[in-house]
Amino acid sequence: MPLPPHLRRLEAEAIAILRETLASFRAPALLYSIGKDSSVLLHLAQKAFAPAAIPFPLLHIATGWDFAEMLAFRDRRAAELGAHLLVHTNPDGLARGISPITHGSRLHMDTMGTEALKQALDLHAIDAAIGGARRDEEKSRAKERIFSPRTQGHAWDPRSQRPEFWTLFNTSLGPGETMRVFPLSDWTELDIWTYIAAEGIPVVPLYFAAPRPVLRRAGALIVRDDDRMPLAPGETPETLWVRFRTMGDWPLTGAHESRAATPAQILAELAIARTSERHGRLIDHDQDAAMERKKREGYF
Amino acid sequence: MPQKPLLRLLTCGAVDDGKSTLIGRLLHDAGLIAEDTLATLAGDSRRHGTTGADVDLALLTDGLEAERQQGITIDVAWRYFATPARHFILADCPGHPQHTRNMATGAARADLAILLVDARAGLLPQTYRHAAICALFGIRHLVVGINKLDLLDFDQAVFERIAAEARAMAAALAIPHLAAIPHLVVIPLSARHGDNVAHPSARIPWYAGPTLLHHLETITIDETATEKPFRFPIQWVNRRDETFRGLAGTVASGRIALGDPVTVATSGATAPLARILGPGGDQPEAQDGDAVTLVVAAPLDCARGDLLAPPTARPNVADQFAAHLLWTDDAPLLPGRQYRMRLGTTWTTASVTTIKHRLDPQTQAHEAATTLSANEIGLCTLAAATPLAFDAYATNRATGAFILVNRDTNRTAAAGMIAHPLRRATNIHPEAYPVDKQARGVALRQRPLVLWFTGLSASGKTTVAKLVEQHLYHAGCHTFALDGDNLRHGLNRDLGFTPRDRVENIRRAGEVAKLMVEAGLIVLASFISPYRAERRLVREMLAPGEFVEIFMDTPLDLCAARDPKGLYARARRGEIPNFTGINSPYEPPESPDLTLDGQSPPETLARQVLAHILPRITGEA
Repeated sequence: MPLPPHLRRLEAEAIAILRETLASFRAPALLYSIGKDSSVLLHLAQKAFAPAAIPFPLLHIATGWDFAEMLAFRDRRAAELGAHLLVHTNPDGLARGISPITHGSRLHMDTMGTEALKQALDLHAIDAAIGGARRDEEKSRAKERIFSPRTQGHAWDPRSQRPEFWTLFNTSLGPGETMRVFPLSDWTELDIWTYIAAEGIPVVPLYFAAPRPVLRRAGALIVRDDDRMPLAPGETPETLWVRFRTMGDWPLTGAHESRAATPAQILAELAIARTSERHGRLIDHDQDAAMERKKREGYF
Repeated sequence: MPQKPLLRLLTCGAVDDGKSTLIGRLLHDAGLIAEDTLATLAGDSRRHGTTGADVDLALLTDGLEAERQQGITIDVAWRYFATPARHFILADCPGHPQHTRNMATGAARADLAILLVDARAGLLPQTYRHAAICALFGIRHLVVGINKLDLLDFDQAVFERIAAEARAMAAALAIPHLAAIPHLVVIPLSARHGDNVAHPSARIPWYAGPTLLHHLETITIDETATEKPFRFPIQWVNRRDETFRGLAGTVASGRIALGDPVTVATSGATAPLARILGPGGDQPEAQDGDAVTLVVAAPLDCARGDLLAPPTARPNVADQFAAHLLWTDDAPLLPGRQYRMRLGTTWTTASVTTIKHRLDPQTQAHEAATTLSANEIGLCTLAAATPLAFDAYATNRATGAFILVNRDTNRTAAAGMIAHPLRRATNIHPEAYPVDKQARGVALRQRPLVLWFTGLSASGKTTVAKLVEQHLYHAGCHTFALDGDNLRHGLNRDLGFTPRDRVENIRRAGEVAKLMVEAGLIVLASFISPYRAERRLVREMLAPGEFVEIFMDTPLDLCAARDPKGLYARARRGEIPNFTGINSPYEPPESPDLTLDGQSPPETLARQVLAHILPRITGEA
């Protein structure tokens, strides 16, 4: 399936951003969340640097609550690509036993997500972190630059962003500052799936519908990946055909009922979808402007 | 029906002209807002909204907390949508004058601008400013939407009057060296109620033109970058191993095929093209917008920052040029100060040598100016540290655009559009003489140096410099002392003490010191030189190791107590404006070669200096 013209243009622009990052920074890394956007990013990086291998490491922030299928997929892909994979978990959070079930989503994500990411960037002296975030995902993301500097403490100041003209990215950093780079800024969810389908990019099987054990929690369908989530008295998981539209920690990510089992079927489903992509993300609904707060504090 | 190409556009106009509401309406009426987003919006409208019981569609794009609290747009929001006819990337830009640089961020890559006008207010100064910025960035398609006509009962006379003013505005947008905006459409609208946004309005029977959405879906953008000469800024050199050397980058304009010769613009070296690798592997040709890796058939000396072009259609190569600047930094432009400059994939340093004029966006008048402040537009001449390959922005947006970056803060200081190279840059070539600096140094038996004393007035710079010079003289060295006060009586007598004049004062002093070093001398320069940027400028004029920065670290109170010329007393009485330390800043060096404690006796300090520099003069260090 040939790429539609606008997607060929987006592909070229993302490749240019990846090359720019490599050429401009001392120690870039690709933030690999194992989701579909990361998978597309990985595919684009292969193309950007071919025939050479991907010249920077992949960094995965493991929270301890990733789906087991995601971790298996991560290790398989890294091995296939011969990529250098870095995995980091917040040791302090681990010692404190931080869990989304007992401590709530906000403390869990702050500790095991945001804080862990900052630790890993410091630990590996990464000065440019490439992420798969897209501007169409959420309102505060729609405001962010493609090359977005962070202070020494990894904070984002959305009120005084540098202007960004043409593709003449200002890659300058002061001591201790780092850059976040978003090559997929201009892509939409539909673009991602069109590209995955056209290029045959491997993604985690959880994106495709299958019968799975489901609990109903706060209006969301939670797929119980292990027994750390206690059952209510008399509760048993029901088996439903579900899939995920977005990936995250399993207790915090809602599935939806679907029979779409291929990229083409997902595209057909999206064409008539009436809800937004992050609808199933419980962490976005913590509070008004939740995403902006998390991003300011260093979340991806 | 084949899809029209991707359209990049922006919405602009003054505060409260309804830009965010228009986008919300456009997305809503095109059926592109998800149900849960609409539900969130209803909640937000009750909290922050300005439309009473109705859903406030502006809150769809005003995504920052501060924006929602203040009810204004601060930064550009990007929106992506598609209809069966076309894909769109839309930049919703802020209208507030303070946030003009964010509006320009949206304009830089756009092909079309929707300029909104509140029918009750007519064209405002900010309307003119945004139109001028659109023209400056080379946008050739302008849609003027005359909005809020529902509040005027869709009065045709009001529409016709404002439409005529808008046409006059577009016709008058004659920015020198840039084309006026050739394509203009005016549409009567009500963004809040949706009239003429996605659906024709029965309430505007006198209007027979297209709806806004229909116009966007069907317009043909006549940008033909493919027809222009081939331009390829090398972004990264791919050296997989000894057998492979590829030049990675994105074709900026034109097309190229296997076997075509390519030339490195600045050196003239040429080689034929052997391979083109695209995202899908080898391909026979490439055109503008393609991200490729080129392999040449013969060794070609080039790296990131070089520009490849056809040997028969080369760009300009010059280190001086005229350009329009849109200033974006909070710190105003200082002519003579060095900025980092990015053009294509090249980074260099550059300074503004003259400001030819500042542009009044409303009247198009050319005003005399000594500086540009944030959000102002001016035509300037610039000098770069290295020769650059470029085209005029009017003929090629990709190779005629640059940015300036403030070296102290790393903020993006300006967007630049090159008008033309300066003739003096292309015709003046430095002359090399056989008796050079080294030869003179050997004859004088010393290594030339500049001892740069910086510090507050009365800190003791000149006192210590005089003692050091006496010692050097007795040791048989050849010296010369440059003093700020003395230079201001002659070479610099046209300069005052404003920030701009201080920069020029130090630039000239640096050039004189450089000539003295060329002559083989040891130069003792005593200048307050309050700005780090200018001391760095002088350091960079000289060869590595020739510039010795000596910081006279004397407390302000002690300087003011000494006050040999009575200047501090007068400054404190307000009789001297711009006096360093009193009402003008001093930026101490961050890593000087030597720091002198100004409270110690001058003779002690002179010996410290000598201990530091004598080995360097004799070549032992």
